[in-house]
Amino acid sequence: MSSSSVQPIVQLYEVPGNDFTRAGEASSKVKGILKKLGYDPDAIRRVSIAMYEGEINMVIHANGGIARVEIFPDRVEILLSDQGPGIADVEKAMEEGYSTAPDEVRALGFGAGMGLPNMKKCCDEFRIDTAIGKGTDVYMIIRVRGSKS
Amino acid sequence: MQYFHSVRLDEEKCLGCTNCIKRCPTQAIRVRDGKARIISNRCIDCGECIRVCPHHAKRAVTDPLSMMDDFRYKIALPAPTLYGQFNHLLDVDYVLTGLIDLGFDSVFEVSRAAELVSDYTRQLMRENKLKTPVISSACPAVVRLVKVRYPDLCGQVLPHLSPMQVAARLAKEEAIRQTGLAKEEIGCFFITPCPAKVTDIVSPIGISQSWVDGAFSIADIYKPLLEKMEQVKTPRPLSKSGIIGVSWANSGGESAALIREQYLAADGIENVITVLDQLEDERLTELDFIELNACPGGCVGGVLTVENPYVAKARIQRLRKYMPVSLNHVNGSVSPEILEWDGELEYTGGMQLSSDLVEAMRMMQEIDALEKMLPALDCGSCGAPSCRALAEDIVTGSGARLNDCIFILRKEASSLGVSLSDHPADRGRIHPTEEQNDDGKNAQ
Repeated sequence: MSSSSVQPIVQLYEVPGNDFTRAGEASSKVKGILKKLGYDPDAIRRVSIAMYEGEINMVIHANGGIARVEIFPDRVEILLSDQGPGIADVEKAMEEGYSTAPDEVRALGFGAGMGLPNMKKCCDEFRIDTAIGKGTDVYMIIRVRGSKS
Repeated sequence: MQYFHSVRLDEEKCLGCTNCIKRCPTQAIRVRDGKARIISNRCIDCGECIRVCPHHAKRAVTDPLSMMDDFRYKIALPAPTLYGQFNHLLDVDYVLTGLIDLGFDSVFEVSRAAELVSDYTRQLMRENKLKTPVISSACPAVVRLVKVRYPDLCGQVLPHLSPMQVAARLAKEEAIRQTGLAKEEIGCFFITPCPAKVTDIVSPIGISQSWVDGAFSIADIYKPLLEKMEQVKTPRPLSKSGIIGVSWANSGGESAALIREQYLAADGIENVITVLDQLEDERLTELDFIELNACPGGCVGGVLTVENPYVAKARIQRLRKYMPVSLNHVNGSVSPEILEWDGELEYTGGMQLSSDLVEAMRMMQEIDALEKMLPALDCGSCGAPSCRALAEDIVTGSGARLNDCIFILRKEASSLGVSLSDHPADRGRIHPTEEQNDDGKNAQ
């Protein structure tokens, strides 16, 4: 069966900005779907981590946003989009250990400055579009290893 | 592949209610034709359905005590949980002597083997030879849960036999040496607190052939054993284990035995799932050992026990008071290799829609569409635990139909002029209304 003959599974999630306790819900739902599909375990792991970190970022820095996930047989495409403050220095934000997270978030164990670097590590394609005062789009593709790109 | 399960249904007692389907952690039960059915490849024998069934229609298959007669030499392997069942017990030897008086030729405490597993785990962790966080393999329901649901975590499960299997092997080898009997003439019987252990005897994890020959439930042996114990005047000095081994009966006991700080011990199947989910997302990296027990409180909470888990725990705490710390160590008379699994834990799955990904994606889209037609009440009246599960059952062709949903059925009936109810829900709250045409069929 050719993989192009099937429509991608598209999921849209709202990531609430005001409720920290719900951060991680969307990534957990996506993980559940991928498991049901019998998706490649390594890809599931990378999707879960990348999306979880992204969700946390949106909650901490951008008062929430939306996550759009498209599941193809050979890859998962994730768009995390927020209307937050934007990232002033993307290069710096990508450095391990660099964080602008407020103290109250650090007190919960977040804000170690590993979010974006971890996300990038999990992805085969990773792009950030950001504008100060307007918001940030993080675009990620995770491919099933061994499948054609 | 054939699956053996200890958890079974007593059809006559089953009323077809929805208690078990809602509580099953792997959504492995459906009610069809008025009776519960267990989906074999999803069941992990945790016993939650036995715990929750108000009609006692779920039971665990254990062996009758008469099975002892099939062997010339009989060895009892008491789980440490057994010690927590008796009031005013101050010395384990009363229990062990009672077992001998009951007809066993010898006893081998499972807590002895637990101390060996602990010792060997400590050693391997000290040498950094295990992938951390290490997940305990003591609870077979948890190991089976990992096998069906967590492909990524299979490599982190402690690759050691359960204390039950280790105890049986050591006991049997010792008996062969002492009696000269053949292996087949010696029977090892585990006194079990739970059905998952019974499954682990028939289809053992990590080895091809179980060393244990049968399992007697604590509930079954309790009364005859108590009668023998009451007659014991001077208990024989049989116990050869200490605090570390006996503490395995409680959640946290196996972890404490490692004498490390970075551990977590979770009990109760829902809590176990929460922890495994987080582990899978690599969110528990600061820990090096994860102890998980499917039953609340650990093995003392097993469904085949007599006493409630908190009382049993308190009794074991008291019993431990005059015990040595540990009496069993590897490298002495026991070589550590016998504790090891033959191979790695294999992921079997069982939750996925299809082995073909593209086919699974098509099915998922169909399920999504069907789910939108259902009332989202998750009432369980159709026999599936949720509306989503019903949609899945329909698409996977397991015999379910859309009008198994009583709300859909009512719609269909009312469109044929038959009134099943005058409930306001009929007049528009349930969304299939909009999607139905005059024939009462669902427009696609």
